[in-house]
Amino acid sequence: MTDVALETRSVVKTYKTDLGTIYAVKDVSLQVRSGEFVALVGPSGSGKTTMLSMLAALLSPTSGQLILDGQDLSKLPEADRVTMRREKIGFTFQANNLIPYLSALENVEMMLRLNNRLDKVGKLRAKELLSRLGLGERMNNLPSQMSGGQQQRVAIARALIHNPSLVLADEPTASLDTERAYQVVQTFAALIHENQRAGIMVTHDLRMCEFVDRVFQMRDGNLVKIYETRDEIMGLARGTTQAH
Amino acid sequence: MQRLTLPTYLAFKEILRNKGRFLLVGMVIALITVLVLFIAGLGEGLGNGNREYLAKLDADLLVFQSRSEFLIPSSRLPHERLNAIRRVAGVADAGPIATSSATLLLPDGVKSLRLGLLGVEPDHAGQPPVFDGRGFSTDLANEVIIDRSAAIRSGYKVGDRITIRVTQGTRDEFYQLLVVGISDGQQYSLQPTLFVPYSTWDRVRPKSEAELLRSNPVYNVIAVRLADGADLETVRQTIEREVDSVQAVTIGYAITQVPGYSAQQSTIQTQGVFTLLIGVLVIGGFFQIQILQKVAQIGVLKAIGTPNPLVAAASVIQIVMITALGVGLGGLGTFLLALGFPPTVPIVFNGQSTLIAVLALLLIGPIGGLVSVRYAVKIEPLKALGLG
Repeated sequence: MTDVALETRSVVKTYKTDLGTIYAVKDVSLQVRSGEFVALVGPSGSGKTTMLSMLAALLSPTSGQLILDGQDLSKLPEADRVTMRREKIGFTFQANNLIPYLSALENVEMMLRLNNRLDKVGKLRAKELLSRLGLGERMNNLPSQMSGGQQQRVAIARALIHNPSLVLADEPTASLDTERAYQVVQTFAALIHENQRAGIMVTHDLRMCEFVDRVFQMRDGNLVKIYETRDEIMGLARGTTQAH
Repeated sequence: MQRLTLPTYLAFKEILRNKGRFLLVGMVIALITVLVLFIAGLGEGLGNGNREYLAKLDADLLVFQSRSEFLIPSSRLPHERLNAIRRVAGVADAGPIATSSATLLLPDGVKSLRLGLLGVEPDHAGQPPVFDGRGFSTDLANEVIIDRSAAIRSGYKVGDRITIRVTQGTRDEFYQLLVVGISDGQQYSLQPTLFVPYSTWDRVRPKSEAELLRSNPVYNVIAVRLADGADLETVRQTIEREVDSVQAVTIGYAITQVPGYSAQQSTIQTQGVFTLLIGVLVIGGFFQIQILQKVAQIGVLKAIGTPNPLVAAASVIQIVMITALGVGLGGLGTFLLALGFPPTVPIVFNGQSTLIAVLALLLIGPIGGLVSVRYAVKIEPLKALGLG
């Protein structure tokens, strides 16, 4: 856990409105190492979703740098940012994660197809990953034939299959019951650690922080606290530590 | 290769997993195809029925009486004009054509068939080629060549004796003629045609009371075949200069002057164009609604790194697949329906008009879907995923 996969330097995101300039993210600097799974938490409007969108190369910062694998995402043209999303980033969303007309296996293989890497080894790896996530019997099912938790696990497999440097998860447990939510995040964390990827999960559910290595807490666009020790994190997850 | 196979894969998978929805729009395209092909076939059939004899004439020019407005029934040319035209330099052959109509009694003796009765000079321009039987033996023979559509509709064949009924003066007269040959389709004025030698025609044609009392051979038009190497325009002008009171035009021009021909063709073409426009709107509407339903899904595709050209290509390929399916089904349906049509229905599917109609139909899908493809390309993944 020594290589820095992702680094943000003084990232600012503002929006112009009729009422003036709104600061969605203010001067956020952070680092995430390979093999590290972190959580980005905070109340609604704290800027965590905006931050995630910038990390996913879906949104450009107003100022500052977003460095992934040595490349500054903020300076890349749109075509190169699309390439970065395809090759270097894995993404799971809150909902509408999967392509509805592709089976679970086809959804996972989609990332390999996009990267022109779908060969026998890739196909085998996709099957193994789905089996590992407990979906061995569901590979040929369409998303509509799977539960929310199963769909989230397929999305996790898709986010990891192409060995991206950064894996992002936006509220991956939002539509799941507690038991399923724990299972999904635990598996996610295990795969992040095992594959030595940098993982960032945005969540409003502090209980899910139990499985992460660090927690970045945001409020009003600022990064207000980083929880780094196990005690601090477990305290936050169990509600015994008061969130700032 | 990747840039083509992945969009095809996505387009195909979506169709495969949503068969009902895509089959429905495919059927709509199929019905539009049937309609467009029938309109094209009707246009061809009606146009063919009007021009078939003239279009197949083994001649280069048609000579009319001057100031006859190039209307064949209005044109009157005496025999001297024929001789004068034959003497013009560059004319290889000239044959008279005289037109009228008659009623053919069918073999059952009860039903009858209205058809064109054309008088031509044996072995001269104007006589149609015979594919079954032979030509006329003499200019006075009671012989007839029937065209293919007359043969099909009447059931008569070479060697049969037929009876035609014409009105001469105030009386119905019946004439018996021997079928000596069958030509290919030679419809004139949307009617099947009987060809008889000119002298025979002058005897058996419908006549007014006044015409019964005098015999003054008059032709309607004269078909002119040019000698090898003769210049069409030069010969045309020479005929008009050297022969009294005539106007010579090309066969193509003469066809456009057939009463109602141009108006009929433009009406049918307008119908075809409007049907295609309706097709564009229907297909465009379907794919636009579909894209609106897929905003989030396209957002996911873009968020995971699918480039815009690939998203656009998948949409276009899908539209082309569905359009091709619809046009294929429609073409098959049209073919099967056409098999059941009686020969009296003037629908003709010829290669050129059918090909143009099919190409136009294949284009309406992508044209109709252009708006939806543009919409798909403009979808912002951030907004589509609710992150914006």
